[in-house]
Amino acid sequence: MEAATVAAPGADRSTLQRSALERLPDRALKIVLTTLAGLILALIVYFFIRLVGQAKPAFAKEGVFGFTFSNEWNVSANRFGALPLVVGTLITSTIALIIGVPVAVATAIYLTELCPRRARAPLTVLIELLAAVPSVVYGLWGIFFLAPKLQGAEQWVADRLSFIPFIGGGLVTIPNYFITGLVLAVMILPIVSAISREVMTTVPTDHKEAALALGATRWEMIRIAVLPYCRSGIVGGAMLGLGRAIGETIAVTILIGDAPQLGHHVFGQGYSLAAVIANEFGEATGIHRSALFAAGLVLFVLTLLVNILARVFVMRAGRASGPPRAEDHGPSAGILAADTAAGA
Amino acid sequence: MSVGATSTGLSERFAVSAGRRRRDRIARGAILAATLLALVPLALIVYYLLKKGLGSWSGSFFTTDPTGNTFFKSSSIGGIKSAILGTLEIVALASAISIPIGIGVAIWLVEYGRESWFAHSVRFFVDVLTGVPSIVFGLFVYIVLIVGTGSTYAGYKGSIALGLLMLPIVIRSGEVILLLVPNGLRESALALGAPRWKVIFRIVLPTALPGMVTGVLLAVARAAGETAPLLFTAAATLKTNFNLGEFMNSLPVQIYKDVTSPTQSVVNRAWGAALTLVLLILLLNLIARLVSRRSRLA
Repeated sequence: MEAATVAAPGADRSTLQRSALERLPDRALKIVLTTLAGLILALIVYFFIRLVGQAKPAFAKEGVFGFTFSNEWNVSANRFGALPLVVGTLITSTIALIIGVPVAVATAIYLTELCPRRARAPLTVLIELLAAVPSVVYGLWGIFFLAPKLQGAEQWVADRLSFIPFIGGGLVTIPNYFITGLVLAVMILPIVSAISREVMTTVPTDHKEAALALGATRWEMIRIAVLPYCRSGIVGGAMLGLGRAIGETIAVTILIGDAPQLGHHVFGQGYSLAAVIANEFGEATGIHRSALFAAGLVLFVLTLLVNILARVFVMRAGRASGPPRAEDHGPSAGILAADTAAGA
Repeated sequence: MSVGATSTGLSERFAVSAGRRRRDRIARGAILAATLLALVPLALIVYYLLKKGLGSWSGSFFTTDPTGNTFFKSSSIGGIKSAILGTLEIVALASAISIPIGIGVAIWLVEYGRESWFAHSVRFFVDVLTGVPSIVFGLFVYIVLIVGTGSTYAGYKGSIALGLLMLPIVIRSGEVILLLVPNGLRESALALGAPRWKVIFRIVLPTALPGMVTGVLLAVARAAGETAPLLFTAAATLKTNFNLGEFMNSLPVQIYKDVTSPTQSVVNRAWGAALTLVLLILLLNLIARLVSRRSRLA
């Protein structure tokens, strides 16, 4: 290190400057790392172009609009309309959000505001353990334990609510939309909870103390000071959960029944975009394979939109939480860390 | 809740009415109930995994390959040796690919890219990668390495798919940890005349190491449990294979294949394999937590 400061006599550079040779490793490192970062960008663009290329025959046959919105997925008749798949994906993820998000937000409130200090760490670990269970194990557990156990209860609900279209009336099958949504709710719980928690810890103590000082009860304090402050962060977390639910493959393939039709009610079998790829790709050839790539493309675009929207919301929540730390390069680095940790 | 005023008149005037107190109790009860409800699936899954999984564990379960024989009783269907070894090999190669690249990009983001528009777009695209469904990574590798080269499934192609999946997790967690390294350390080293690369490799990385190990292990644990990217990249096979250039079995794919079997003994094997996989992932998570506790940062 010091050697660099002793310049050769007569050199036309300052005594503190390093020689070109000594500066080489620095230059090289910077170039290599910059290239790596650039490659990530190139990779995604390349990926997108190749996927579009593979999906083109199917889009050419059915038309982009026709592929996405026509209601017929019939492999033997060579008809590929992805509506049953899109709808299946949306129904199951909606059910997952309706069940999963309130529970996840409640766990976040409990862990940040109400929990005894000593129980906080172990409870957090337990909630995060839900993220450590692999998708295929959720599928296995769902189909052999949860679905048979709940079939009776689902049939009871379907019979009682038979006057409501789309919920009641039909025959409950073991694999169905509702069970899929329920298991997805469990699967997205850790990530929604982690991000809500992360956002709730940014609520200034002043706000909470002010609410309590004005005589608010604990619940009123949560309602007045905590929840409004965290709203966009919670929405962002829920949307990241939605992205997970939309892209979830193996558990859905096992639980949804893999019937290429539009289910007539919530307790009937269906299909989803991710499940159709996992299930049919092995045997698919020609235009069928292209249609599966097209399904992958629709799935990719759908998750992309949801995720970008989610980032915007979470980012806004991060920005709302006072001045960012001096070294913080993004307003939501901590939140994103919570996201990746929960994903693992 | 009482306000704690000394005079009774005052405490009466500021006392919380019975209705508000009741609403507070109900809301807090509901929040507690929801938290406990969230833990019910975990308890049930652990219980069933242990009950069904331990039952199928036997001496030969870990030492024999699956035979592909699905119509007879449990003694003839074989174990999960090839699946365990396949998972370890595929994930090891995936880690070898994604960890150096991921940490490299994280270093670039923190040390060089910082607030430039280029760094922001890299961050954005890495976040996009985080949200890409795992099966889409499988499709990607299929297009490029199987359609593109006209070859067939191979273990290393599965590794690349899993590596892509791990990459954003490694980058983002690495970046967060590197940001925690105090700037004072960097500045002191630079002031002493150390070149940038030496500062990065001798000062910044060693300080950040334990935290980085945590993020990396969590990424590995995530990859080990993934089924979808392996379905059309590494495929499935029965025999144990140490050549990553050929078809390779893995625990998640083996479980997925076994779940759909009508034979009870094969389904039991799926439970045994699931218990093995979950224990493997829990072990990685546990190590990650222990390492992060020893970290000086955060």
